[in-house]
Amino acid sequence: MTSVTYKKYATSIRIETLKMIARAKSSHIGSNFSAIDILTVLYNGILRVNPKNQHAPNRDRFILSKGHACASLYAILADKGFFSKKLLETFYLPGGILAGHVVHSAPGVEISTGSLGHGLPVAAGMALAAKRDRKKWRVFCLLSDGELDEGSNWESILFAPHHSLDNLTIIIDYNKIQSLGDTNKTINLEPLAAKLKSFNWAVREIDGHNFQAIERALTSLPKQKNKPTCIIAHTIKGKGVSFMENSLIWHYKSSNEEEFERALKELQEK
Amino acid sequence: MRNVFIKTLTKLAPKHPEIFLIVGDLGYGVIEEFAQKFPRQFLNAGIAEQNMTGMAAGLALSGKTIFTYSIANFPILRPLEQVRNDICYHNANVKIVSVGGGFFYHSLGSTHHGTEDISIMRTLPNMTVLAPGDAYEAECATRALIEHSGPCFLRLTKAPESTVHTKKPAFKIGKAIQIGNGSDVALITTGGMLEETIKTAEFLKRQKISARVISMHTVKPLDAAIIKKTAREVKAIATIEDHQITGGLGSAVAEVLAETSPSAILFKHFGIPDIFIKHIGSVEYIKEKLGLTAEKLSKKIQTFLAHDI
Repeated sequence: MTSVTYKKYATSIRIETLKMIARAKSSHIGSNFSAIDILTVLYNGILRVNPKNQHAPNRDRFILSKGHACASLYAILADKGFFSKKLLETFYLPGGILAGHVVHSAPGVEISTGSLGHGLPVAAGMALAAKRDRKKWRVFCLLSDGELDEGSNWESILFAPHHSLDNLTIIIDYNKIQSLGDTNKTINLEPLAAKLKSFNWAVREIDGHNFQAIERALTSLPKQKNKPTCIIAHTIKGKGVSFMENSLIWHYKSSNEEEFERALKELQEK
Repeated sequence: MRNVFIKTLTKLAPKHPEIFLIVGDLGYGVIEEFAQKFPRQFLNAGIAEQNMTGMAAGLALSGKTIFTYSIANFPILRPLEQVRNDICYHNANVKIVSVGGGFFYHSLGSTHHGTEDISIMRTLPNMTVLAPGDAYEAECATRALIEHSGPCFLRLTKAPESTVHTKKPAFKIGKAIQIGNGSDVALITTGGMLEETIKTAEFLKRQKISARVISMHTVKPLDAAIIKKTAREVKAIATIEDHQITGGLGSAVAEVLAETSPSAILFKHFGIPDIFIKHIGSVEYIKEKLGLTAEKLSKKIQTFLAHDI
């Protein structure tokens, strides 16, 4: 895909996400917007998944560990035909099936997450299953940066290289803002790349909004044979809407009518 | 019991290539044969129970029948949220095996006592809770688990391979085993207290009180039918467990009795009275201190029957 096509796709998902969250009066739009460019590349040529055969044993597995960024994933899954776009209208609303943290009752979703620090251990188990059964399918797991405070992740970060899980790729959506403020002021993760390298991961740092960089990182896998890959994607929370970018309040707030129109206009002009 | 569990799993593993045993760096002197014979079906996850448990869910969701193995609270309370969210919520086929339920790691201290495990595990949706009472029941439970799809907690005691039953009993998950037909009192027990409960019935017999024993090896799903039937056939019911009295077998039985009509049956539960056990000593010593020996239990039951009838 060209950068222009990626961008067009990502914008359409941002618009859909904006509408879903505004309609539902739910939260986490900033976290969604920081991850959408990564999700866009994953679901347009990287992940070997098939909406017509969702449980195919040899499919790639994608786990959204930052389950609060689910609105954008639901929008992509609906767009790809995993379920009807009509369902998006009931996101977070009575009678719907799409909860405010990603749920496995939605077709195309491997596991439910929401409580942080759960995705990576499960992903490691899936990667180990493929290795033990000598299967070619791969596992991708998208984590938030704040989520790396959780000790469970570090247990898995120790585990995966020890078992040479080079079929496992994690992408860290490093927007540098967590629930109460900056990650470096909460529990500093730096030097993050050096930490992961010293734990025997193959590490690549990219601009998480540069489609070609994301595509390059996700096509040349594993980065190193016998090592799991960690892609640290430097991102901007709220990316795509000027007044939402790098602003903590958009972890919580849903847009009012005026904000919605302004955000929509900005996105449509992109 | 743990030897019986591992031996049974070792027997079953060749026929069931989907069986996968994950240990949390525990099982020295017990798991080696399995590990050597089935290296592709075995893993030591290290001392990292959150990863072990999440990973177990990931493996199970990829088609494996997982057994995680550790002791006391380590495989359930340390990673409780992984048990809830990753295993139970996804109805993943993971069997959590914990050795040392109750206070079988007596002198190792309260950190190593599994005395709230039944209570906490039975409240989780999709979870089956098994606590076999002797080696025969442990073997049957292990076999039954292979055929049973979904999350399960298997609570084993560390006791030597004690046998209460004289042969393999008819065993079905969710179906209690009744021993004897006494009509004065029914003693309902689970797991490591089965032997002591049978002795209690013998003590009572000498006092002309006829007791039947019910081995409630499955605490969830609970055999409500046998409890209701028993309530009609005896004058009193007592539960006996090496577990806190809050939330364990006694509570589970009381929940059934409270909703059984007519509900007026004498009921008493014996267990650990909402304390951390600070006594240092053997299992027998701790039982003595807690009043959970056959002699003390039978006396308390006699008093209870005399006062309440």
